[in-house]
Amino acid sequence: MTDSTHAQAQAGQPNQSGDHFMVDGVQLGSRLIMGTGGAPSLDGLGAALLASGTELTTVAMRRYSPAETGSLFQLLVDHNIRVLPNTAGCFTAKDAVLTAELAREALETDWVKLEVIADEHTLLPDAVELVDATEQLVGRGFKVFAYTNDDPVLALRLENLGATAVMPLGSPIGTGLGILNPHNIELIVSRASVPVVLDAGIGTASDAALAMELGCDAVLLATAVTRAQNPALMGEAFKHAVIAGRLAKTAGRIPRREHALASSAMEGRAEFL
Amino acid sequence: MNIRLNGTEHSVDAGASVSTLVSQLTGRTLGPDGQSADGRKLGVAVARNSEVVPRSQWHGTALAEGDDVELVTAVQGG
Repeated sequence: MTDSTHAQAQAGQPNQSGDHFMVDGVQLGSRLIMGTGGAPSLDGLGAALLASGTELTTVAMRRYSPAETGSLFQLLVDHNIRVLPNTAGCFTAKDAVLTAELAREALETDWVKLEVIADEHTLLPDAVELVDATEQLVGRGFKVFAYTNDDPVLALRLENLGATAVMPLGSPIGTGLGILNPHNIELIVSRASVPVVLDAGIGTASDAALAMELGCDAVLLATAVTRAQNPALMGEAFKHAVIAGRLAKTAGRIPRREHALASSAMEGRAEFL
Repeated sequence: MNIRLNGTEHSVDAGASVSTLVSQLTGRTLGPDGQSADGRKLGVAVARNSEVVPRSQWHGTALAEGDDVELVTAVQGG
């Protein structure tokens, strides 16, 4: 990233296409939300975050350890990147609500990525607990970014309960399997009136571009960058992929056809004897 | 007196406040409003017996023998 684009990102200015991601009245210059999980070092993470151009990043809440060197929170403050605390590791609405309360107190934000998982094997959202927690958190004044299954019915339920954004998974967390049910993601987008963020399962840049082409408002990913062989380079790849996908969606793709359609005119061909 | 801090036994002075405990652990001086005196964000939160203690109440909240205290901060996460 050049200094000038970095400065642009920091000021919340539009990206190259003049496009903004609006959520909860906040204008973000990037439609890429980076998670911070999985990075082997804070330095490497900082480089990847900057290269990705992200202006919003997720963090987890865990027990304070005086022995830890360097503070992730300070790194984000220094780079002027907004924080979206998550409730990762919570299996019940009760734990998720308490974790969100702690995050609001520690990080002074009422935004929360609500994650209530069913089990450690699939890490899939537990719909019943998710609905319960969304209702409680909205009632307590939180802005809930609900991590959800790729279920159009559940996504609409969460929106109706007051979720600020719905975040359907492409595939299970950390699998890199991409978007397993693009049709459902399109359905979720078509019915939603809050931002839809494709969250989880992204493996490589084309997955993020596809999410945007399906009409998602933003993409959230962590592992695909932090565990890539070159995280900073992959961060940059995702920055471009999200912009490309968004531009393609806005531009309007051609319809799919069953048979070929020549792009060169048949008239005026030279005739060879 | 003894409390449980982040799941392990921890000894604090009798009558110590939440503010004293946070200050000792983070090595930062705290004002009566729970903000760090150096003006930088502290980035931690406290739950006492499974209830959040707001920063503004750290100073006036005395710890009691056997309290279960969780002190959390932001770490890397997806």
